[in-house]
Amino acid sequence: MIRVVLPAHLRTLANVPGEVTLDVAGVASQRSVLDALEAEYPVLKGTIRDHATQERRKFVRFFAQEEDLSHDAPDAPLPEAVATGVEPFIVVGAMAGG
Amino acid sequence: MSGVRVLVGTRKGAFILTADGKRTDWKVDGPHFGGWEMYHVKGSPVDPNRLYASQSTGWFGQLIQRSDDGGETWAPVGNEFRYEGVPGTHQWYDGTPHPWEFARVWHLEPSPFDADTVFAGVEDAALFRSVDGGNEWHELPGLREHGSGPAWQPGAGGMCLHTIVPDPTDANRMYVAISAAGVFRTEDAGKTWQPVNRGLHSEGIPDEDAEVGHCVHRIAMHPSAPHVLYMQKHWDVMRSDDGADTWREVSGNLPSDFGFPIDVHAHDPETVYVVPITSDSEHYPPEGKLRVYRSRTGGNEWEPLTKGLPQRDCYVNVLRDAMAVDSLDSCGIYFGTTGGQVYVSPDAGDAWEPIVRDLPAVLSVEVQTLP
Repeated sequence: MIRVVLPAHLRTLANVPGEVTLDVAGVASQRSVLDALEAEYPVLKGTIRDHATQERRKFVRFFAQEEDLSHDAPDAPLPEAVATGVEPFIVVGAMAGG
Repeated sequence: MSGVRVLVGTRKGAFILTADGKRTDWKVDGPHFGGWEMYHVKGSPVDPNRLYASQSTGWFGQLIQRSDDGGETWAPVGNEFRYEGVPGTHQWYDGTPHPWEFARVWHLEPSPFDADTVFAGVEDAALFRSVDGGNEWHELPGLREHGSGPAWQPGAGGMCLHTIVPDPTDANRMYVAISAAGVFRTEDAGKTWQPVNRGLHSEGIPDEDAEVGHCVHRIAMHPSAPHVLYMQKHWDVMRSDDGADTWREVSGNLPSDFGFPIDVHAHDPETVYVVPITSDSEHYPPEGKLRVYRSRTGGNEWEPLTKGLPQRDCYVNVLRDAMAVDSLDSCGIYFGTTGGQVYVSPDAGDAWEPIVRDLPAVLSVEVQTLP
């Protein structure tokens, strides 16, 4: 079970009050977690990753265990603590703009 | 008693303002989608309870929302806007080639013929259409690929297709406007397009009367006279009497012919409204006086409308999509400002009152006349 924390705008959009929990088959990576997230909440398609390229949107970041994972490869395994649900995978709107 | 529903898009959400036909007592509902940029909200002429809204932020991109109950509830629909084929390049601000990249939807134009058909004008400039109520979007690539696309360049707000004017008497004919390319017309329901900018003159481009390259800010049509079009260009107010084949300037005695919105009285195709702005860099009214100008002669002769509008120390702007008219017997005129005011004149511009004073910066105003 993977825990995902979404920024407020995306929680509103997905109509979820808090953390999202997901079952992810296989290796837990950014790609597999986001694929599972978008499958569960299709309204989030295009809001975190570009529809066409599947690349992270420029003003979105991924954090976990006080580390910035944004520039890790999409298929790189997430830290064990995230993969086991001890720590959440955090999606953040960059601290810019607005 | 009939009434009106005013749909307001702002930098930080959408608002719905409603009143009966007197248009004096208003209910303000919102913000909807608080914190998001709402570039445009517009209702279907076929089904007034069907509303479409463009919702975006720099963080999370583009969403389209649809309401089937007049804005009481909303649901997200399709948000994938993918250019057909390999989109190539247009000009960047410095004249170098720049790849076409989708940024946002500026304008949503529900079809006058079918509530499930809606057009979207986007940045970087292209026209998309949905025929299933916004669930799926497909580009009409004949516009972007008609030939002049690589020469288009962005205006200050981006290279956006911001105006979509369907001919309500002919489903095959439609006009769009792009900053900074100009006006384009289709007569085969969007398959093929031609630039229709003859008569426009623009400083700042190498050939002042080029076929494309003009920063058209807005065009407007009266439904009873679909061959008459009015245009607020970067500078100059223009008119066409032949479906955009040719344009002539009708700026006349305006204090400035720079501005953004232009609209036409609901019952008189010769009565036109603009909001003069000082200049291309001074985006506020001349002399700090917020004045709507009305021409009852289809241009050239303009009168200032000031009653109820601030006549000192006013330095707001009125953006291109932020003016609308209702179709009640006494035509109401509406506009919103970057200072967050939405004004109404229930008597065709003679006197104005603010409906609201302190919204976020207003990006768009549309009005629905309800039975």
